[in-house]
Amino acid sequence: MTGTAAMTAPATPDRDTRAGLRRDARRERAFFLSLSLPALLLVGLCAMLPIFWILRQSVMTLRGEFTLANWEKLLSSALTWKSVWTTVELSGATLVLCMALGIPLALALASAPPKIANRLLILVMLPLWTSILVRTYGWLVLLRRDGLVNQALTGTGIASEPLALVYNFTGTLIGMVHFMLPLFVLPVYAAMRDIDGNAIRAAASMGASLPRTLATVVLPLSAGGIRSGAMIVFIYTLGFFITPAVLGGGQVSPVAIRIEKVMSTFQDWGQASALGVLLLILVAMAAAMLAAARRLIGRKGKTHA
Amino acid sequence: MLDAFDARGFRAGLWIYAGAVLAFLILPTLIVIPISFSASDLLEFPPREFSLRWYQTFFGSATWMAALRTSLILGVLTAALAVPSALLACVAMDRIGGRSAKALGGYVLAPSVIPGILLAIGLFFVLAKLRLIGTLGGILVGHVVLAIPVAVIVLRPAVARFDWGQVTAARSLGAGWARALVQILLPQMSFTLMTAALMAFLTSLDEAVISIFVSSGQNSTLPKLMFLSLRDQIDPTIAAISTLWSVLVIGIVLIVNARRTA
Amino acid sequence: MAPLPITLDALRKTYGDYVALDDVSLAIRPGEFLTLLGPSGSGKTTLLMALAGFVRPEAGRILIGDRDVTRLAPNRRDIGIVFQNYALFPHMDVLANVEYPLRLRRVSRREARERAMSALERVKLGAFAGRDISQLSGGQRQRVALARAIVFEPRIMLMDEPLSALDKNLREHMQLEIRRLHDDLGITTIYVTHDQREALTMSDRIAVMKDGRIRQIDAPQDIYCRPGSGFVAEFMGEANILAGGDCRAADGGTLSSAATLMVRAENLHLDPADCGPDGIRLDGRLAGKAYRGENWLLQVELPSGRELMMSIPSARSEGCEELSPGDPVAAFAARRHAHPIPAPEPEAA
Repeated sequence: MTGTAAMTAPATPDRDTRAGLRRDARRERAFFLSLSLPALLLVGLCAMLPIFWILRQSVMTLRGEFTLANWEKLLSSALTWKSVWTTVELSGATLVLCMALGIPLALALASAPPKIANRLLILVMLPLWTSILVRTYGWLVLLRRDGLVNQALTGTGIASEPLALVYNFTGTLIGMVHFMLPLFVLPVYAAMRDIDGNAIRAAASMGASLPRTLATVVLPLSAGGIRSGAMIVFIYTLGFFITPAVLGGGQVSPVAIRIEKVMSTFQDWGQASALGVLLLILVAMAAAMLAAARRLIGRKGKTHA
Repeated sequence: MLDAFDARGFRAGLWIYAGAVLAFLILPTLIVIPISFSASDLLEFPPREFSLRWYQTFFGSATWMAALRTSLILGVLTAALAVPSALLACVAMDRIGGRSAKALGGYVLAPSVIPGILLAIGLFFVLAKLRLIGTLGGILVGHVVLAIPVAVIVLRPAVARFDWGQVTAARSLGAGWARALVQILLPQMSFTLMTAALMAFLTSLDEAVISIFVSSGQNSTLPKLMFLSLRDQIDPTIAAISTLWSVLVIGIVLIVNARRTA
Repeated sequence: MAPLPITLDALRKTYGDYVALDDVSLAIRPGEFLTLLGPSGSGKTTLLMALAGFVRPEAGRILIGDRDVTRLAPNRRDIGIVFQNYALFPHMDVLANVEYPLRLRRVSRREARERAMSALERVKLGAFAGRDISQLSGGQRQRVALARAIVFEPRIMLMDEPLSALDKNLREHMQLEIRRLHDDLGITTIYVTHDQREALTMSDRIAVMKDGRIRQIDAPQDIYCRPGSGFVAEFMGEANILAGGDCRAADGGTLSSAATLMVRAENLHLDPADCGPDGIRLDGRLAGKAYRGENWLLQVELPSGRELMMSIPSARSEGCEELSPGDPVAAFAARRHAHPIPAPEPEAA
């Protein structure tokens, strides 16, 4: 057998080459890592550093000494707790309304032929593409005392006199739901589109009614999309600024508005920072809650299976 | 999807409900259009007389024009900075892979989950320390950091889908990494890059919170000015701006869509 | 320019626990057409990519001529590669694709054009220079990829299953064409395939790989007729591995050696006249049969329970049609077609 045995002839491993090869591999990796440097630096300097700054400033006096005064002042103020409550209330109500409006819309879109669904999706996306200020302005026009909505309500006799729909909690909530709804519908719709049609046909063939199929097959299978939608709603609404500032008309002050007020009226950077940290904690808590909900649902699903 | 059920009543109800929700979604955008052509100082609907006076007010105002100019410059610069950084980061993630890529991805996407108000005041503090409040550069970095995640979301799937065998082939033919990326990857990504640039541009154009806190005086952006005037008085000038804005953005989206299907 | 030899010295590459190259050593002669053949996962593509510089080995050395290229970047190795899916650049036309390596080498625009055109002529695509890649058929793309790989006159050619995407007729035609191109240019060529017939058709030598090792390296006839192991025997074609006890001498006597023998299906005959006086004889019963056009395939069960595959050319198949399962069958093979091999390795140590 010429050649068969010759192949296994032991070769002396070249130490230098081995080390060199390892060095080359590291160098190539470093080259690729270095490509991400601009993004790393920009995000680091313009997002991470500012957040770090807020954290630091919340426990600093103006002269740079450590203090807990900001926090003491903040946590003992009724205004703080009122604004935290308003924030939670706004976010929670937005989520509930987004679910009530968004899940049926997603269901309708998912059950439509793809061509029609894609056309309608453009309508869903349209608000996403218009400036938040344009939309807020639109709501101002619609919801004013003599706005279109009140005209319609009094005209049809539903309300005897114009309702206060704007410059208050209601107006803020409407604006926020309007802003969040597309962002909520998209993941829910995507999850529903992905449901295997045979799973639904199977449920029907086993005798499940439509409501029962929706409750036991469609909703559980789109839970992932609903959860991502809820996450997005929380992340955005907890820190919302523009909508409450314009549509709230000074009557509604969630944490974000409070921060601005503390900054502009009192020039109290330390307390504004502490409020910022509070907001960050709220967002983290919402994220943790949703993660816990996922585990809970996941476990429940398993025991059923 | 629900064709397995003979539930015409349910489906009709569902569609009526969905139609109402869709109307809720598009109404505020549409309502501003007729008002922008109103001849009256009041926000009457439907307008009794039509005119272009609010467009004239907008284009005739030095303040509005300065803000428009600032916003457009910022948008272009934001796209110019965010898209290359995002593309390079996407290439890095795609080539490194594994846990490092995941960490890198989480890091560059982080600005999109931090509440805007926090970025705004944080940036304000940092810029105040550096005495850069009110400078174009200060707002610019804020916008870039918001646009990077947007560009990454657009570019990353395209980079992942790219046939990297071509880059391998180019290297076998004598091109180094950098040259292969520039001559082979880049030209084939042109459409995606354009999409990413437009998205970055729109992100900057639409950004209000950072601008409100960090910009000032002659460097005020259009959204900041709109915000301030919405707080003070709501005359139809804003309706004119809103209409122009929507036409511009929808035009861009339609062009992108048409090019994608072409 | 004289063709160069290639020397691989104890090349090693692992991915976690998986050993892709298990200290592979190999000497490739100048101007040789060597095929790496093996099942998927045998390491043949890893070996090729290590040669090209796209897979970084952990240990070992690669020499082209007497130059150590182990750590040389792929773009400096001057190796022409034809990839499995061609990897043509869709944003360039045919000519630009072929000119690309020349432009990288700073060849003047005019000379690049001339040389690219002559490479395209060589693969009979001169008339297609201005076409877009998307307008080409699979076979034409294959030729562009070939032209692009040879245009810069590399001293080594590597081909990674270049024909696997083509249909059978075109593939067989291209096999001969690639071989002719190799003979014209005289470039040392390493070709990867999992198709043994392709390997037999094209190669000067074949290296059969399995589990990251080269199991045998020999000329096509040797590797087919005189495999060094049961694995190589079976991988190269329909092979019957027989224990000494299965065979008798054709004249009825017992066989002197009791070694394990390998007999190819096509070397078994029904007619004792075909095997000469010193042939071997196997007796069994028909288990199944199939007509395949050019031949009959007979499955014969030996008393030991082993199954025998016989391929009887249709021209000499008198009696095959009448055979039915259970009938006794006597198979004859010439002595020179019964090749002793080492006893089969136990499965998966």
